[in-house]
Amino acid sequence: MSHHFVDFKDVFYHYPDGTRALNGISFRIVHGESVGIVGANGSGKSTLLLHMNGYLMPGSGTVTIGDVLLQRSTAADIRKRVGIVFQFPDDQLFMPTVFDDVAFGPLNLGLDEESVRERVRNALNMVNSYDLRDKPPHHLSGGQKSSVAIASVMAMEPDILVMDEPASNLDPKSRRSLITMLKTFVHTKIIASHDLDLILDVCQRCIVIRDGAVVADGASKDILSNKTLLEENNLELPLSLQRC
Amino acid sequence: MTFDESYFSIGRLDRLSYEDTFVHRLDSRIKVVCTMLFLFTVISFSKYEVVSLIPFFLFPVLLTTLGEIPVRFLVRKIIIVSPFAIFIGIFNPFLDTRIVAVIAGIPVSAGWLSFISILTKFSLTISAALLLIATTSFPGICHALRRLGVPAIFVAQLLFLYRYLFVLLEETMRIIRARDMRSFGKRGLGMKVAVRLIGTLFLRTVERAERIYSAMLSRGFSGDIPSLKKYQLRRPDALFAISTIAFIALFRFVPVTEILGRVIQEFFQ
Repeated sequence: MSHHFVDFKDVFYHYPDGTRALNGISFRIVHGESVGIVGANGSGKSTLLLHMNGYLMPGSGTVTIGDVLLQRSTAADIRKRVGIVFQFPDDQLFMPTVFDDVAFGPLNLGLDEESVRERVRNALNMVNSYDLRDKPPHHLSGGQKSSVAIASVMAMEPDILVMDEPASNLDPKSRRSLITMLKTFVHTKIIASHDLDLILDVCQRCIVIRDGAVVADGASKDILSNKTLLEENNLELPLSLQRC
Repeated sequence: MTFDESYFSIGRLDRLSYEDTFVHRLDSRIKVVCTMLFLFTVISFSKYEVVSLIPFFLFPVLLTTLGEIPVRFLVRKIIIVSPFAIFIGIFNPFLDTRIVAVIAGIPVSAGWLSFISILTKFSLTISAALLLIATTSFPGICHALRRLGVPAIFVAQLLFLYRYLFVLLEETMRIIRARDMRSFGKRGLGMKVAVRLIGTLFLRTVERAERIYSAMLSRGFSGDIPSLKKYQLRRPDALFAISTIAFIALFRFVPVTEILGRVIQEFFQ
């Protein structure tokens, strides 16, 4: 399928309190691309991600996912295609057991019992957490919660995977296996993070945003090695590039 | 008790419900129905009844033993909530001074009798409720309620209450720790600060609720919380239900204690 693109055109958004979070942001991400979104705290990354599945609607401008223009009436449809892994796994895991939580999405898609079970099994195996299936989320460690949160989105088999700070709670080994897993996910990936090494590893393309607009857009290896650009945006060179 | 300790004590009750014993394995619907029946039967006795209530202790005692629930833990929980029952009944002995019996030369007033009856009913009902929670996982109880016809919206509320109780308590624990670490002596521990902390906690909760809702929407939430759990009644469930109902009926309608007393009396004569 060639139409899993994400297209933002001149999107403006301001919160009810007047904060202008998006200031005419435009970019286009095509099928199969993996894109890192970086920027300082408060640059609009999270607001941007909330537009990708229609939780927030653009104040002006258009968001198109696939061939569908984002509107109130199409939001539900878009949510089936775009899976968002949020930053705090406690917000993502709202069901009383791991199994129920991962099954929540597939059940809402209206799948039959056998395929729901299979999807849950596959998704949990993907993050090596199938043994946790009967546990309540509050008995899990931070890293386990993150893994299960990812599984809960993967179980919906989204065309486009969006992640907000996926590695922030993980120990180095879990982070490494997350990176390996992300590389095997062939569909479109959009990852917002301050972990520039992860972005350099996983994403070919990188978008830098500041004050709700794109300031740089290009290949990760070019952007993430541009010291001045990064420092202007409260970022610094990825550790792997600092050594040389 | 410090906040940390009370938090872990709530967690303990929850942890108990994930054990695996005969009682834990019983179908949660059966346990909910039997416990409800037990509660209503106990409450249905007249306010001066004490003797006929005694056999009902068999139910909590059996559940405690079969469910391997630590007795001291249970008793302590009952004592913690007992002030409520004590305050309800404490004035009965003074208001209702009619003498109804003389035991070993001491006159017993109707007030004392009803006070003791309240305490007995209280221990029976609270222990039954605690045992239900300690032997059935909370989600299990929720699914049972859903199956028994409680509307989805109430069950969803209960599920979220359970899920976020722990998150919220942890959040509170972090706030309280942060306060304690920066308040020395009495400063910082007063009412004024506490009120602000509650405000902060409330705002954080609202923000979290927003985030949870967006996470739910992004996974296709549309009003109902679906579940895959299949319940099948097995033989132990039926056995448990039938024997519980039979015993409750027996103790309710036949004065077992009285008959037992007569038999023993005759035996000694």
